Amino acid sequence: MSEPHNHGDHDHDHDHGHAHEHSPRSFQPDLEDQPQSDYQYLEIAIRELLTEKGLITPEGMRRAMEAMDARGTHLGAAMVARAWVDPAYKKRLLADGSAAARELGIEVGPMHLLVVENTPQVHNMIVCTLCSCYPRMVLGIPPLWYKSREYRSRAVREPRAVLAEFGTTLPEGVEVRVHDSTADMRYLVLPMRPAGTDGLSEAALAGLVTRDSMIGVALPEAPRKAAAE
Amino acid sequence: MRSHHDMGGQPAGPVDTAEHHNALWEKRVDAMMMLLSNGKPPLFTVDQVRRAIEGLPPDAYDRMAYYERWLFAIATVMKEKGVLTQDEIDERVKTVRARTGAA
Amino acid sequence: MSARFRPGERVAVRRADPPGHMRTPWYCRGKTGVVERLCGEFGNPEALAYGLSGDPVRPLYRVRFSQRALWPDYRGRTEDTVEIEIYEHWLEPAQERPNV
Repeated sequence: MSEPHNHGDHDHDHDHGHAHEHSPRSFQPDLEDQPQSDYQYLEIAIRELLTEKGLITPEGMRRAMEAMDARGTHLGAAMVARAWVDPAYKKRLLADGSAAARELGIEVGPMHLLVVENTPQVHNMIVCTLCSCYPRMVLGIPPLWYKSREYRSRAVREPRAVLAEFGTTLPEGVEVRVHDSTADMRYLVLPMRPAGTDGLSEAALAGLVTRDSMIGVALPEAPRKAAAE
Repeated sequence: MRSHHDMGGQPAGPVDTAEHHNALWEKRVDAMMMLLSNGKPPLFTVDQVRRAIEGLPPDAYDRMAYYERWLFAIATVMKEKGVLTQDEIDERVKTVRARTGAA
Repeated sequence: MSARFRPGERVAVRRADPPGHMRTPWYCRGKTGVVERLCGEFGNPEALAYGLSGDPVRPLYRVRFSQRALWPDYRGRTEDTVEIEIYEHWLEPAQERPNV
């Protein structure tokens, strides 16, 4: 089954996958790209029309998709791990998250990143009640639950109950501070460094930092009992 | 009057914490959004897309998936700007359906 | 930048209900909180949403609210808070009495 595509003003025979429109690694024609819903047809139609009108290009689409695929937990985790081992970096991270990300070679564009620090007294949690604003440039695409009615409605109203649904309970005496990402800032939680991690390398520390710990619905992983890397 | 999308504090059920992968078409909607709002000059801002989504009637808002709402909003803003017409879109959808052998 | 409010200052969110797009959530309208920081100056999303320029840029603050001030029946800890980004034109100095 060939992927639907627009040949524009040229015509040629081919039966290779269309690498100019998507990442070849993720292309699974049988599963992924046969349009099924009205919106999938609409997506193709809109993309073709915008391409014909010169507003987007297949190359631009490919680059944008590859760039977003390349973003994920590892970027935020690198920032967290660096902050755990380098107090001066941590200070800069808390003062200006975007600049601190750029220091590590992470391209954040115009994003205004604000990093909020978990302490023994305060646990931070991030939500966007109005839509789904998320620090995409350092964490990639948000999980589906982050965009859900249930999370957006309840995170500001009963954060502890929501945390419990993620299996997270906090020690006594901790303040829960929910950040509603309503405007131009984007948020990243700097979790506390887990106990028992002395001597772990920065890379090993980064491996403990989960996406959910940087959104604030979970804590970082504990180090494995195996020897430090 | 509280808008439907302005849902902070409203009652809701438990959070479904399961992971989901984004389908290829959804990643393409995401990419279109990035390209159109980050171009030089940008064709629109994210504020326009948000506003278009917020204009959906509540039942449509709830029923539509996240990227369906974004795609709807991109189409809406493109029409507002005169870049696309509904006739063009309808024609092309028909062509695409015929091309892929769908009814 | 001439910002009207300073960190630590008590502010109230206007009880306004204008039509159109806005980024001040319903649940904080009329509530009192404390300015946590000034984030900078940004264009007005209420105008940007309609393809207008968003000028003039205006100060954007993060305001910290006690959960107990937001929800009368809040069941978590007294110290729990919510911090929300709010544009200056939505804020006014708080009344003398605490927590509406």
